[in-house]
Amino acid sequence: MIENKHKEAPYSYWQMVWQHFRKKRLAVAGLGITLFFFAVAIFAPVLANDRPILVRYSGQWYWPIFSGLEKVGPYDWQEVKRKNHPFIFQGNLEKPGDFAIWPLVPYSATEYNLLASLAPPTFKHWLGTDDRGRDVLSRMIYGARISLSVGFVAVGIAVVIGIFLGSLAGYFGGWADQLISRLIEILLTIPTFFLIIAIIAFLPPSIYNIMVVIGLTGWTGVARFVRAEFFKLKQLDFVLASRALGASNARLIFVHMLPNAMAPVLVSAVFGIAGAILTESSLSFLGFGVPPPTPSWGDILSQSRDYIEFAWWLTIFPGIAIFLSITAYNLVGEGLRDAMDPKLFR
Amino acid sequence: MATYIIKRLLQIIPTLLGITLITFLIIQLAPGNPATLKLQMAGQGEMGESAIAKQIIEQTKKLYGLDKPLTVQYLLWVKRVFTLDFGNSFKDHRPVLEKIAERLPITIQLNAISIFLVYLIAIPFGVFSATHADTLTDRALTLFFFFLYSLPSFWVAVLLIMFFGGGDFLDIFPVYGISSIGADSWSLFHWLTDRLWHLVLPVTCLTYGGLAYLSRLTRAEMLEVIREDYIRTARAKGLSERVVIFKHALRNALLPIITLLAFLLPAMFGGSVIIESIFSIPGMGQLGFESVLSRDYPVIMAITTISALLTLAGLLISDILYATLDPRIKLE
Repeated sequence: MIENKHKEAPYSYWQMVWQHFRKKRLAVAGLGITLFFFAVAIFAPVLANDRPILVRYSGQWYWPIFSGLEKVGPYDWQEVKRKNHPFIFQGNLEKPGDFAIWPLVPYSATEYNLLASLAPPTFKHWLGTDDRGRDVLSRMIYGARISLSVGFVAVGIAVVIGIFLGSLAGYFGGWADQLISRLIEILLTIPTFFLIIAIIAFLPPSIYNIMVVIGLTGWTGVARFVRAEFFKLKQLDFVLASRALGASNARLIFVHMLPNAMAPVLVSAVFGIAGAILTESSLSFLGFGVPPPTPSWGDILSQSRDYIEFAWWLTIFPGIAIFLSITAYNLVGEGLRDAMDPKLFR
Repeated sequence: MATYIIKRLLQIIPTLLGITLITFLIIQLAPGNPATLKLQMAGQGEMGESAIAKQIIEQTKKLYGLDKPLTVQYLLWVKRVFTLDFGNSFKDHRPVLEKIAERLPITIQLNAISIFLVYLIAIPFGVFSATHADTLTDRALTLFFFFLYSLPSFWVAVLLIMFFGGGDFLDIFPVYGISSIGADSWSLFHWLTDRLWHLVLPVTCLTYGGLAYLSRLTRAEMLEVIREDYIRTARAKGLSERVVIFKHALRNALLPIITLLAFLLPAMFGGSVIIESIFSIPGMGQLGFESVLSRDYPVIMAITTISALLTLAGLLISDILYATLDPRIKLE
């Protein structure tokens, strides 16, 4: 009996959301892709690097990527690479028993070789090279870091501002609501993308400025959702009850109401990440992005414009990366929205 | 009705002031501003030293009165906005308004064609999807539009140029400008076909995203309306399905779709900045892009302000339209 009761224990809200979410194949696929890009971004230094992961030399073990070691014996890493084209495992450095284990892509994102510039995909450079002979795959792997960090930090800023202003407007109503609603309307009328490039152009080039500007211009969606939720929530009995018990405004907002308004915030944050990734890549494409030589997907695409007649690999691959990550976040956002729709909980 | 319009018009005042305030904040980033000067001396160097930079700084100071107290500066700026006096371009010293007036028609032409196509194509697809909800065709269409919506327009532009604009693949469409050289002396028909030929690729880039978004929205709106009681009543009366869908359902579903237009405007301008500079189209978008590159302050400020004002007008018209067409809507 007891066992049976245990089985029917009600799911928590988030468990229910997950139950609904996992039924959507496309949304799960989207989640898979976002996790894949996450893994690529986190493990970028061991996926693509101009130094080996592990070296065995004269009976010693070395971890060049982690220790920052510049050379073993008389050999720097370029020489080690030249001696025998590396493909993960490379033997015979000096005497038998020496070897180096290389990353999958034995090039760093900024390592250039003008003799090998604009090479189409080959066994050596899987996705070809750009006009300075930098490995495109390596640049794309590190570009994932830029995309993701801009996406998450910008949306983080936007969510904080959006929650703050949205809850103020929804909770207090009246003139606070009027003021914040006007502010949202103003930001809606100003062409955001042009505003962003205008501001970025006057700030020193840096990835942090891009994050902040995208965040500062992107909070209106979150604010509108939070405001609408708060208008609904403050009519509900549990809010009245805690107010009657003497809860302060801050406690009511942050402890009682906000957790109940998080569903639409999460959904619009996920869509916001897709938007921020798109904005960052558009900025880099137009030349307002991260300062060179920092790799970014949009930056590789912008190079492709100069060699558009033949260098298809500079167009296709980074474009696919941008498209895939935007699609993935949009799919996850849609899946979440459907999963959280209370009409579907039955 | 009249009270609604008056109330709505009154709300414009704070928004207008807000727009001037935000654009004023951008001016504070301008060269010539003490903070910016400090920043440049701190190591940027690039602009701080050359004679041209000094000239720009002097001009900006004079134009926006940056040496005066902040409140005076702001009032000066408000006055300029309301008299549409944006000064002369730093680059060629021509009046900014004249430059914009030259470029605006081209951007309007591009976007008008694009918006027309968006509505023309999206609504039938959306209605079809809704009336065939959850069939295989509907699912395929929905998925297709979903992917289309996620495609970055600058990538599509580059791909189209690569595959259709010469190079190793096909050479079908021109990828530069909006007319061939010497087209002005051609016959009207010849000129027109040449112009349309030039517009195919850029208009495609400007259209597909909105198209994907709007057809998804149309589908959702139609599905919502079809569930309403008055649709059941219409069917119960024995009206044909065609009349029910197109006369009763679509008309009601169209309301939010048409008023959405105003919200599309700022996004379309953002798209124009990218697409016009890729295809070298001499419109507002390209002007904006060039003015940012050359730090042509008066032009940047004028473009930001004017497009904000145009969008505000669009929002206002769409709200009033909505209230006129749908008697259920009341302010607040």
